[in-house]
Amino acid sequence: MDQALQDLGDYIAAAIPNDVIRTEGVCGELIVVARPAAITDVLTFLRNDSNCQFKTLVDVCGTDYPQREPRFDVVYNLLSLTQNQRIRVKVMVDEDIAVPTATSVHSSAGWFERETWDLYGIMFSGHPDLRRILTDYGFEGHPLRKDFPLTGRVEVRYDEGEKRVVYDPVQLTQDFRTFDFLSPWEGMDKVLPGDEKAEDGDDATDETAS
Amino acid sequence: MSEVAIKNLTMNFGPQHPAAHGVLRLVLEMDGEIVERADPHIGLLHRGTEKLIEYKTYMQAIPYFDRLDYVSPMCQEHAFALATEKLLGLEVPERGQYIRVLFSEITRILNHIMNLTTYALDVGAMTPLLWGFEERERLMEFYERVSGARLHAAYFRPGGVHQDLPADIVDDIYEFCDTYPKFIDDMEELLTGNRIFRQRTVDIGVITADEAQDWGMSGPVLRASGLAWDLRKSQPYDVYDRVDFDVPVGKTGDCYARYLVRVAEMRESLRIMRQCLDDMPEGPVISDDHKITPPRRGEMKHSMEALIHHFKLYTEGYHVPAGETYTAVEAPKGEFGVYLVSDGTNKPYRCKIRAPGFAFMQAMDFLTRGHMLADVPAVIGSLDVVFGEVDR
Repeated sequence: MDQALQDLGDYIAAAIPNDVIRTEGVCGELIVVARPAAITDVLTFLRNDSNCQFKTLVDVCGTDYPQREPRFDVVYNLLSLTQNQRIRVKVMVDEDIAVPTATSVHSSAGWFERETWDLYGIMFSGHPDLRRILTDYGFEGHPLRKDFPLTGRVEVRYDEGEKRVVYDPVQLTQDFRTFDFLSPWEGMDKVLPGDEKAEDGDDATDETAS
Repeated sequence: MSEVAIKNLTMNFGPQHPAAHGVLRLVLEMDGEIVERADPHIGLLHRGTEKLIEYKTYMQAIPYFDRLDYVSPMCQEHAFALATEKLLGLEVPERGQYIRVLFSEITRILNHIMNLTTYALDVGAMTPLLWGFEERERLMEFYERVSGARLHAAYFRPGGVHQDLPADIVDDIYEFCDTYPKFIDDMEELLTGNRIFRQRTVDIGVITADEAQDWGMSGPVLRASGLAWDLRKSQPYDVYDRVDFDVPVGKTGDCYARYLVRVAEMRESLRIMRQCLDDMPEGPVISDDHKITPPRRGEMKHSMEALIHHFKLYTEGYHVPAGETYTAVEAPKGEFGVYLVSDGTNKPYRCKIRAPGFAFMQAMDFLTRGHMLADVPAVIGSLDVVFGEVDR
């Protein structure tokens, strides 16, 4: 992470200490982890502060970590045209906790939040129009959750007798296959049993061919 | 005369409508012929790309990107390749970078021909489409010659491009660069000064600079509103920092300005292509780290190690270190971004695709409000949406 971004992270953490849990740099990008209830304040600060000016909300999306408590991340990607910087704001939420909507700060949040609701079931409180957006009319479930099967739960066909499209439970003629390619030898130590006996440490011998 | 209450009329526009540019169902609330409210229903082309990618290795994920915005495939592969490279910390050889920039610009022209000519068709001019598709076919031939496919190329890979340019394609691209401006001139002669075209586009669907930022606009739509913002200039990737080009900017932010910006961008793309061809060095086109990129076919005939690498790469794939990145490219339509989360295995943990068209569709409501019904196709066309990427 370059110095300007590092400074920006420190500046944000110092300016709104109650709303920001921590800032971190991953792959040279700045991530601000905020408290869910304060997300509108954080986004408003980032938009209006003259050192930030993150006026464009590029994207909102969810991420699902079923083993973690709270389960979901809501990720806001922001862009500042004047500062030529990107920043990522994250809040961690659970299924039953609603995130305040960002539509009052950025108009573009409307559909992005609808999509996040549709695909992950993360609620946004105060959203003017929180309908499903990408999935079918009357769809059940939230397809991008890790516990939703890749093949889905229902399939459609046209029923000649009823003269309409009907939904049936998915029937697979062959079981869905996932191959575990995470091979055992990748997880092993680089030093094979017995190698420690070789004291000379000749570099020609430790070349692996995998 | 007694007062008569007139009820608003709700109208369905699409999903099968030639001017909807795909499967868009637009529910319009009309007051006579004036649009009161537009409610786009998208998702009719939703294929669950993001979910599918979570179940595929990084290499198997590339072809899905061709199928998002199917009129500009390579730019999207570019975003995914750059994101994966960032997580892997992989360097791309210089020649590979030049080829990627060259083909990104070919893709840009490919996309703009499609958009501008079908847009002209939407507002009543048929000839540009017939001329443009002839030129488009020439570009598709370049696609075919490097990747074997006219549309779904899967040519940009993490680490470079799949194969080197075939012999004499360089001369043919030079020739294209020389002859193509003639088409732009012809098309401009038909459209730019055309009274009917102007009546349909000038002052229609105006976006101000503030609105453009607020609504997450990008690409030509943003630039037509007067903001000189181009990721190729401001956050350059590959060798965009070494080529010289201008960023066309519109003033009015209406449909006509968006048309003009796209036309000017095609001319700039030709400039970039020429410079790429001039400056392209010799050398490898893809990283030689065979833990990530497959070995050459010839090597596999005599090297056991190469054979093992090949087998491992095409079954298990490569492991990407844990981390996350949002990487965006300036796709022809706008900012195309990939938010890639890796958990250290051979499959992406999360791959969120940020399509420019999604944000454009969202703006339909405020853009068409108060306009006539006939302006709706003009606005849709000028936003340049393709439903492969909007619905994902």
